Amino acid sequence: MSQPAIAADTKPWRREGATPFISVRGVTKQFGDFTAVADVDLEIYKSELFCLLGESGCGKSTLLRMLAGFEQATSGTITIDGEDMARVPPDRRPTNMMFQSYALFPHMTVEKNVAYGLLREGLKKSVAYERAAEMLRMVKLEKLARRRPDQLSGGQRQRVALARALVKRPKLLLLDEPLGALDKKLREETQFELIKIQETLGVTFIVVTHDQDEAMTLATRIGVMKDGKIEQIGEPREIYETPNSRFVADFIGSVNLFEGKVDAVAPDMMRIETYELGPVLLPPQAGLTLGQQVWGAVRPERFAISRSKPENTPNTWQGVVEEMGYIGHMSQYRIRLSNGVLIRASQSNRLRDEDPISWDEKVWISVQPSAFRVLTR
Amino acid sequence: MRGWFLPLAVAFGFIFLYAPIVSLVVFSFNESRLVTVWGGFSTRWYGELLRDRQILGSAWISLQVAFASATLATVIGTLGAFVLTRFSSFTGRLLLTGMITAPLVMPEVITGLSLLLLFVSMELTLGWPAGRGLTTIIIAHTTFCAAFVAVIAQSRLRSMDESLEEAARDLGAGPVRVFFDVTLPVIAPALVAGWLLAFTLSLDDLVIASFVSGPGASTLPMVIFSKVRLGVSPDINALATIIIGFVLVAVLIAGWLMRRALRKGG
Repeated sequence: MSQPAIAADTKPWRREGATPFISVRGVTKQFGDFTAVADVDLEIYKSELFCLLGESGCGKSTLLRMLAGFEQATSGTITIDGEDMARVPPDRRPTNMMFQSYALFPHMTVEKNVAYGLLREGLKKSVAYERAAEMLRMVKLEKLARRRPDQLSGGQRQRVALARALVKRPKLLLLDEPLGALDKKLREETQFELIKIQETLGVTFIVVTHDQDEAMTLATRIGVMKDGKIEQIGEPREIYETPNSRFVADFIGSVNLFEGKVDAVAPDMMRIETYELGPVLLPPQAGLTLGQQVWGAVRPERFAISRSKPENTPNTWQGVVEEMGYIGHMSQYRIRLSNGVLIRASQSNRLRDEDPISWDEKVWISVQPSAFRVLTR
Repeated sequence: MRGWFLPLAVAFGFIFLYAPIVSLVVFSFNESRLVTVWGGFSTRWYGELLRDRQILGSAWISLQVAFASATLATVIGTLGAFVLTRFSSFTGRLLLTGMITAPLVMPEVITGLSLLLLFVSMELTLGWPAGRGLTTIIIAHTTFCAAFVAVIAQSRLRSMDESLEEAARDLGAGPVRVFFDVTLPVIAPALVAGWLLAFTLSLDDLVIASFVSGPGASTLPMVIFSKVRLGVSPDINALATIIIGFVLVAVLIAGWLMRRALRKGG
């Protein structure tokens, strides 16, 4: 079993020339006329916890099933640890999968479920059951070894499925919506447990999910998918702070988008003339030309809301609070500007005895130039 | 309205279904030789039945036929259903889909006649099966029972979570192993039900068996039918009562097995 990655190597994708552990090159999958996965390139490194994120039908599950060997790619190659997987059937691949439905064998006990894969490897019965018991201890289910799957709760079944998928010590573990069937509280607890197990074993994980919070919490890197293509690959922070398209900006978290044209470019400042906000000042961004159509993206929490006009901020507008939602740790606002544009803003409620800005109040909103992300598509 | 209508409807339903059977059972204990006149309680027809070599012999043949053809039909029907549900495209798939259910809708007379013609021409060209008898009846019954088993097995295979099979595959089992380790145990209750249905259908069949049987191989329905043509005798009632008893026990066991399998989450 490999050691937990050393600090210098925790982000191998940032290093030039690092060898990927799994590489997907130009993979396309067609079902009849329908293209489920279109020319995907993906490189995943050892001990990563990579999340494929996207709406249902975006091709993320198909990609996962191709890695597991349940689907054959129409074209392109998949290599795992340097080995081409094209002709390798699922039972010979160094991968294991945790299914969305868990797929526990209903006619076998928990320990038989977990030992099944080891017995297929040709291990002796005593050794297989010993290792199954060890794995069940790790997921804290050793007391339920003799139960059948239908006598377990949803969370317990999820752990059995995880133990069964991990017991063969695969090079790559594929997880299809691993937390999808759990309720919210349990899901949050399990997320961190999953990360802990992954870090302890050092196994490479690829997780498919439609839940952006889950992806942000779990992943070392996220691949956002849409219509069979990967829109963007990056660390959670990159995806959130520097999305490369309106789709990604809107899909991860919420965002205000302002359409406009590049109006003026100076060495230290750039101006965009937007339809919604008029001129907006922001730091210059490479690769933009005068007159180019762009979109300025701002996260709601980057807006400052105040009753008095803020000083020293170039991007300031006046508006009226139209909607306000108090969530507890934060409040969400919809502010109508005088020209009719609706701005989504939010503020964290740091002080307990604050006098909150409320409905129909006249407010000033402002945003730092650096809060803008300029998108070209 | 609802107060009396529902119980009345239920009562009518029960009478419609079970009055003939109850009267048959009651008259099997009739002392009198006349089937419709009550002459006091007696079990003499049961005794007479046990001495009737012809009936006992044909009952034995029927059981052999039913057991063998139900078993063969379950194997063939399951394989057919598996191929149709798990292999998405192969040459002749459409033909198999159509043909596997053909015996369900084909009139029995036609099935019987076509099988008879087949057996005769096979005997002429291949020399097998030599004459008609037990073997030909078993083959004929397997043919039409397999269709019923296939339909039951197919619906179970369709409703089964296919990721169970994928999980076994993923854990290192080859396709054959997956079938015996996972698919078969999961669909087993449906196969038991299919076997029981095939067994009853075979036991029940008169038409097809009449076409393909030969001298010395008369099934129970054939013997009963030929006896009844000469007038209903009370020992037939006794025989029918015994059969009802058997069927009742079998159905109860099957139902219990199915319920238990369902509870276990199959």
